[in-house]
Amino acid sequence: MAITREEVLHVARLARLSLSEAEVGRLRDQLDDILDYIRQLEALDTRDVIPTSHAVEMGTPFRDDAVRPFGDKEAILSNAPDRIGDFFRVPRIIED
Amino acid sequence: MHEWSLLDAARKVRGKDISSRELTRALLDRIERANPKINAYITVLHEKAMKDALACDEASARGQATGPLHGVPVGLKDIFCTRGIRTTCGSRILHDFLPPYDATVAEKIAASGAVLLGKQNMDEFAMGSSTETSHFGPARNPWATDRIPGGSSGGTAAAVAAGLCFAGVGTDTGGSIRQPASVCGVVGIKPTYGRVSRYGMIAFASSLDQGGPVARSVPDAAAVLAVIAGHDRRDSTSVDLPVPDYVAATGKDARGLKIGLPREYFEGEGLDPEVKAAVGKALAALVAQGAEAVEISLPHTSFALSAYYIIAPAEASSNLARYDGVRYGYRAKDAGGLIEMMSKTRAEGFGAEVKRRIMIGTYALSAGYYEAYYGKAQKVRTLIRRDFESAFAKADVILTPTTPTPAFRLGEKTEDPLRMYLSDIFTIPCNLAGIPGISVPCGMSPEGLPIGAQLLGNHFREEILLTAAAAIERAIPLPRVAPVEGT
Amino acid sequence: MKRVEFEAVIGLEVHAQLSTKSKIFCSCSAAFGAPPNENTCPVCTGMPGVLPVLNRKVVEFAIRTAIATSCTVQGKSVFARKNYFYPDLPKAYQISQYELPLALAGHIDIGIEGASKRIGITRIHMEEDAGKLVHEGEFAGAQASLADLNRCSVPLMEIVSEPDIRTPEEAGAYLRSLRDILVYLEVCDGNMEEGSFRCDANVSVRPKGRNEFGTKAELKNMNSFRNVEKAIEFEIRRQVELIEDGGKVVQETRLWDAAAGVTISMRGKEEAHDYRYFPDPDLLPLIVDDAWNEELRKTIPELPRDKVARFVKTYAIPRYDAEILASSRALADFFEASAAVYNANPKLTANECIHWKDEVAAGKLSPETIAHAVEDRETGAISATASKTLVELSIRTGKPIRQLRDEKGLTQVSDAGAIEDAVAKVLAANPKEAESYRNGKTGLLSFFVGQVMKETRGKANPKIVQEVIRKKLG
Repeated sequence: MAITREEVLHVARLARLSLSEAEVGRLRDQLDDILDYIRQLEALDTRDVIPTSHAVEMGTPFRDDAVRPFGDKEAILSNAPDRIGDFFRVPRIIED
Repeated sequence: MHEWSLLDAARKVRGKDISSRELTRALLDRIERANPKINAYITVLHEKAMKDALACDEASARGQATGPLHGVPVGLKDIFCTRGIRTTCGSRILHDFLPPYDATVAEKIAASGAVLLGKQNMDEFAMGSSTETSHFGPARNPWATDRIPGGSSGGTAAAVAAGLCFAGVGTDTGGSIRQPASVCGVVGIKPTYGRVSRYGMIAFASSLDQGGPVARSVPDAAAVLAVIAGHDRRDSTSVDLPVPDYVAATGKDARGLKIGLPREYFEGEGLDPEVKAAVGKALAALVAQGAEAVEISLPHTSFALSAYYIIAPAEASSNLARYDGVRYGYRAKDAGGLIEMMSKTRAEGFGAEVKRRIMIGTYALSAGYYEAYYGKAQKVRTLIRRDFESAFAKADVILTPTTPTPAFRLGEKTEDPLRMYLSDIFTIPCNLAGIPGISVPCGMSPEGLPIGAQLLGNHFREEILLTAAAAIERAIPLPRVAPVEGT
Repeated sequence: MKRVEFEAVIGLEVHAQLSTKSKIFCSCSAAFGAPPNENTCPVCTGMPGVLPVLNRKVVEFAIRTAIATSCTVQGKSVFARKNYFYPDLPKAYQISQYELPLALAGHIDIGIEGASKRIGITRIHMEEDAGKLVHEGEFAGAQASLADLNRCSVPLMEIVSEPDIRTPEEAGAYLRSLRDILVYLEVCDGNMEEGSFRCDANVSVRPKGRNEFGTKAELKNMNSFRNVEKAIEFEIRRQVELIEDGGKVVQETRLWDAAAGVTISMRGKEEAHDYRYFPDPDLLPLIVDDAWNEELRKTIPELPRDKVARFVKTYAIPRYDAEILASSRALADFFEASAAVYNANPKLTANECIHWKDEVAAGKLSPETIAHAVEDRETGAISATASKTLVELSIRTGKPIRQLRDEKGLTQVSDAGAIEDAVAKVLAANPKEAESYRNGKTGLLSFFVGQVMKETRGKANPKIVQEVIRKKLG
């Protein structure tokens, strides 16, 4: 059940990673190896097992509904690669 | 003085036998000489460290020595956000990122009075076992600079082992504190999941990541753990339990402790006979002190790696999606529209290992595959937890090797990702179960490379780990500072 | 007409912005209208290393909504990450709820054409809002977009209806009822135009009598109840015509163009999204126990529908009036307070409350004022005109209405004796008209009443004037 080139490209698009042709080929092989190894889990019978999504079980922690402003808008904006006024600037989506 | 233990250094500063400035100056000079050789630090805070040291000395003069680590120079893995100080996570995509806030760990270290020397090298986004994926060049093992220092907290372990700080704080998702500690001959602790706040600790795999200390002795590591542990309201997975006296636990004796030996960890062909022998010596040391060996089984051990290499990349693929060139970090130039900008940014900003894991993770979560991969892996995780629960009914601590071999050479495993992943085989199950683990030096290979023994404990039983590890350390004294040539 | 053979199947998805002070996962203000990127912090802008912490009030609001719509609140629900890339989504995932939402299986009863119909609610869950993207410069041809992240992490509640709705009118009734409930609970201000109450519609058609669903289209971009109704109406017609012409309905998203009055296909412009949902490891499962449920159940007020029914029954007022009164809790409470002071003519009291509803909403009137006005009119102490004048004066001066009545001398003359003099005077002054009246021209009554009102400078009670005139003229 090898991973196909199309699947690699599809996953790359979902993950917003542009890949060179060489990378697509290399990743295809590497992912194939890794997925092959991982598939050993299929051998385990887990029908009646509850999945663990959190390592430690606890009651739900909450915050109260009080406003505590961060108070430093400049700090939030100053790391922006492209900024205009108090906005983050990004290229438009180009229909393809 | 760079060879002193953390606790000794702290005592001497408190007793005014030495000033923080002298200590800090000595270490900064040593870093200047040694860092080009071992690349343990990405950012060195030459000016700020001396300023902080001065402030410590002034406070001491006023009789206001603040915390337990007052005036002692330490380092932080470059995964902890430090306000106004570049935090890169070992990646090009954050190469110039200045966080506007401090991680809770960074705040606690500062509150303890320690002086921050700099931010330490690491595998990019904590993904790796050798610190070879760092955008800032690999770090090197101070015991043999053609060898890896382990990863992903390789810079931290190397810095501690080379006497470039008195302790450091790293992070561990699949062994990234314990394995580097083991191959660098120092002590590293991965606390129970939820023991140390993850706020401000750049996320790799949220359900597995934990911050923890790296130091040259078990009491030193215990002292740092006491500083960074504790509940944090900003981290919903942080546990509200009191922090026990970890340093005191290192003084207790190991009499009556039941030491579990999981047969699955000692059977594989990949286990270096030297490593097996060294761990055997650690066991003998414990038994000689009144502990009892117990055979146990952790039957699902062989499935842990697969479960990990689905869960960790899946969570990482989601955690790393925020690096899209919009609000901070690297943005690719000359990209056309939005999608192209994001894709090019991430392609150029991330290294190969990070991209590989994002791909695996995205695939595992994608439509049609969730149940087969992520869903399945989370169930296997339950089975692994149950293994440990049964084991801890029979044993107080579990003893295993930390890594199958001592440090391998740089470049030896970089071409074969799967081989690299296999070296995490002993450390990974612990993260899946959320239990604490410690690596303590227990031998040296014939080539003079450190070997570590790993102890695993039940949830929130770090004290028992510290007791057993300290017992091993006292019985098997080993050099803890590597001689780095020309320093 | 071929059209009779088809029926529409409509399901509505409402996103309601919850009116908490702070955001769902951080302590920034959730208020609308701040300058760009003012209400932001490292958490809601998705900086490296930050973590979400859940606002308890958001959960309370959602639980109360679930109780008020007869849903089953789940003892355990889970937050999940919905992963996709967009500049208004800082973490590149939205924290939402997927497989295990907060509440399931409720309903709202709506009134349609005089009958009651039950519309099922499939689920209610909580999630965070995204920011806003505006286009730089001229709309078309703009090269860049600007991101304002103020709205990121503002709390939203998603309410999904069962596909029980069959007509645009039912859709409108459902939305209005749901909005009224949310406003009553004070969890949302229910303003579609401002975006605090948003609606998408899933519309499909099928031949009447068929059980299987037809292919549905998802309609978006409807910014008022009226637009929802119009969009659904258009879409039903479009789909029926398409099928009758031998075509097939395609599953797609369609935008409502209010100016052109049509829905437009988004097909080809949107990417098929694979959201790769998984439980958010940074948040623990939400546990809601019976005690909390009970505590919140007690805070549910009488809901609009029940209040309307009770008003109709208890006060014998028309349903239409009851619905207007019940449209605001404050107005309904005002009405009842007023009727408690004086309850002899609740219909009149209701009319007055409705007439003055804006002033009531502005807090400019007291229930006593209306009660006294109604009572004085009932007893004949003042005329209807005087009543209006006095209430206005009371609003302006803040003085009690009876004090003003006496000050202005607006007490109506209802004493028959005094009126008789005025009537006698008028009849004497208009003998010809009096004669015409006696000869059958009874329409002249209003003329005489007018004359008497003039004679008494508007002070006579017109009803009594009429009686006296009739008596005198036979």
